[in-house]
Amino acid sequence: MAIPLSQIVFIEEQAAGIGKSAKIVVHLHPAPPNREPGPFQSSKNSYIKLSFKEHGQIEFSRRLSEEMTQRRWENKPVSQSVQANKGSQPGRIRAVGIVGIERKLEEKRKETDKNISEAFEDLSKLMIKAKEMVELSKSIANKIKDKQGDITEDETIQFKSYLLSMGIANPVTRETYGSGTQYHMQLAKQLVGILQVPLEEHGGIMSLTEVYCLVNRARGMELLSPEDLVNACKMLDALKLPLRLRVFDSGVMVIELQSHKEEEMVASALETVTEKGSLTSEEFAKLVGMSVLLAKERLLLAEKMGHLCRDDSVEGLRFYPNLFMTQG
Amino acid sequence: MAMGFEWPWQYRFPPFFTLQPNVDTRQKQLAAWCSLVLSFCRLHKQSCMTVMEAQESPLFNNVKLQRKLPVESIQIVLEELRKKGNLEWLDKSKSSFLIMWRRPEEWGKLIYQWVSKSGQNNSVFTLYELTNGEDTEDEEFHGLDEATLLRALQALQQEHKAEIITTGSDGRGVKFF
Repeated sequence: MAIPLSQIVFIEEQAAGIGKSAKIVVHLHPAPPNREPGPFQSSKNSYIKLSFKEHGQIEFSRRLSEEMTQRRWENKPVSQSVQANKGSQPGRIRAVGIVGIERKLEEKRKETDKNISEAFEDLSKLMIKAKEMVELSKSIANKIKDKQGDITEDETIQFKSYLLSMGIANPVTRETYGSGTQYHMQLAKQLVGILQVPLEEHGGIMSLTEVYCLVNRARGMELLSPEDLVNACKMLDALKLPLRLRVFDSGVMVIELQSHKEEEMVASALETVTEKGSLTSEEFAKLVGMSVLLAKERLLLAEKMGHLCRDDSVEGLRFYPNLFMTQG
Repeated sequence: MAMGFEWPWQYRFPPFFTLQPNVDTRQKQLAAWCSLVLSFCRLHKQSCMTVMEAQESPLFNNVKLQRKLPVESIQIVLEELRKKGNLEWLDKSKSSFLIMWRRPEEWGKLIYQWVSKSGQNNSVFTLYELTNGEDTEDEEFHGLDEATLLRALQALQQEHKAEIITTGSDGRGVKFF
């Protein structure tokens, strides 16, 4: 039992489901009048289905598509193809029209594919070079460390600055950890190690810029880009690590210890302000020993919670206990 | 400054002169402002004012504290009063306004009560009689400014309890039912 490939218009894949096997649907041209006799005289369907009980659907589909693309049955002398057009040769009807268009599309797709691959060839070559360069710079860096080779202090510093200027994410590091997100997850865990103690020393809260400086100083060589830091910090909560990223209404981002409760700090802030009658962010920062940025955020949070109100004048922005609510 | 006018504690509280961003706090602040404006105008018998006058008035400008409510915030306070029925703009450009420490409907009610109590339904009064007549000396509405009185009577007219009529060449009066 055979059907000539030239009868095929196109094929469809149907994935396996519960209780049904994988299938390939083969859409066919109408049967030529001079076809050889088969199991049936005619059929109301214009397609057949091939069922793959165990496996083989993908492979078969691929090979069939290849054959459809190559159309080897057409690789015959021109004269014969012309004859086929006149419909005299059995099983060799060649339809122009849709099939012709499909073929053109397929050729165009292959061409594009080829162009893209060529373009990326250069890029993958570059990646390989970059890898080599990173290895090289690493080995030199190690040599510097071990003080092997005749390198002066100045040259060391100069070399280190070259590394810094080009040495953002080490491509190898990224690859090692797979996709960006995996990388950020690992990074997030690393951050906990670096930041735990400094955070405790800073009252449990630090601005992201402070963290950025601290982390890159600690790493020394493979510096983090701000984007990588932010993305890693965004994962802290999800990974249930003892730190978290918090974004205030003003857009200021901070890292807090999970145990840190900013809302509770607000209560003590209110006490401080009440004691002094009123305070500006700078005065408050000085009193409590915080950065002005974080001091302002705390006062703003207290205002948002209704504990403080503001006096905004030419003299500056001062915060008062919210007597509107308490004295009514 | 009129005798016996006591400024509320908020008047000496610098944040009172800054529009508060916290919504709940702002609500309390605006309520305090509305109250202050009405009692100030009542005591000073001031019914009409321009926005420019208001800006410089001690009402919104506490010289001793060195704080004044900015004009945008004054507009917000005035809008609150308008929504409550205590203020009416006298011109399209919103530069001058009528301030009524009692809403016209409230005045109308008081006037009508007096009219009924003194058995003078179906009588006609001139506007002057109502606000300046001997008979009304003990009444709250005695001395009421004409603009507010007119609106009070219009409110009664809406309720079909009174009708404003013209008397003589340019006088106006009102008949109560």
